[in-house]
Amino acid sequence: MNVGDALPELKVTPDRYLTVRYAGASGDFNPIHIDEEFARQVGLPGRILHGLWTMAQVARAQTQAAGGPHALARLNVQFRGVGRPEREIEVSGIVAEVRDDVAIIHAVAKQDGKAIIRNAEAELRR
Amino acid sequence: MTVDVLIGKTYAPTTYAVGREKVREYALAVGETDPLYLDVEAARTAGHRDVVAPPMFAAVYSAPALGPAIFDPEVGIDFALMVHGGQEFRWGPLVVAGDEITTTVAVKDITRRDALGFYVFESVSTNQDAHTVCVGTWTNIVRGGA
Repeated sequence: MNVGDALPELKVTPDRYLTVRYAGASGDFNPIHIDEEFARQVGLPGRILHGLWTMAQVARAQTQAAGGPHALARLNVQFRGVGRPEREIEVSGIVAEVRDDVAIIHAVAKQDGKAIIRNAEAELRR
Repeated sequence: MTVDVLIGKTYAPTTYAVGREKVREYALAVGETDPLYLDVEAARTAGHRDVVAPPMFAAVYSAPALGPAIFDPEVGIDFALMVHGGQEFRWGPLVVAGDEITTTVAVKDITRRDALGFYVFESVSTNQDAHTVCVGTWTNIVRGGA
């Protein structure tokens, strides 16, 4: 990895029932993720993705690029806006810094052209 | 009570037993295809005792410890007005099925900026061998302030 290199872009479209599966897998059953009517009642456009699921996509882009889970030493993200099911998400990243034993990656996750995770910074063990 | 005295407050630790099928269920839900997470033989061939938990599985084993902090009346978060603003995880040794992970949560910071309250919690997760497998920094933003 060299400074300025782009990570392979990760594209994923969460299907209609993804939030239900992730709720079960993670234990986060907040109804804003699984109940369309409840989500609208609290002012959301509809059911929204779990932020930590979207963060897991950013993590996956890092570990796939680095060759496995052992490489991911740190990941820091800011959540912005809301992610929605059935719309493609694109995770991109660029190598910002390379030191002796680590590479620092700056990443973003976008949906419909808007960043739903921004200022993501990953530290990869080399 | 001013918020300052809450900084450093800790909550009862929780222990999470990492199950093989739970790791697989999680890995499939987040779209992982690496056999390390899904196939016991592949994981063992790579030198692990059992299937490896994806790093973000930290959200699963550490989350139960967050509940008492988020719902602590002294902290006073209005859950209906709370959004997850930011998250950091720092990882140590990999977690594998069969591990028992103990997580302790502390209040790290409570600040107010504009009309927003920022509630920052830190989770420290250790495995059965007392190695720190993950440190999480959870930033929750509450409309209406701290």
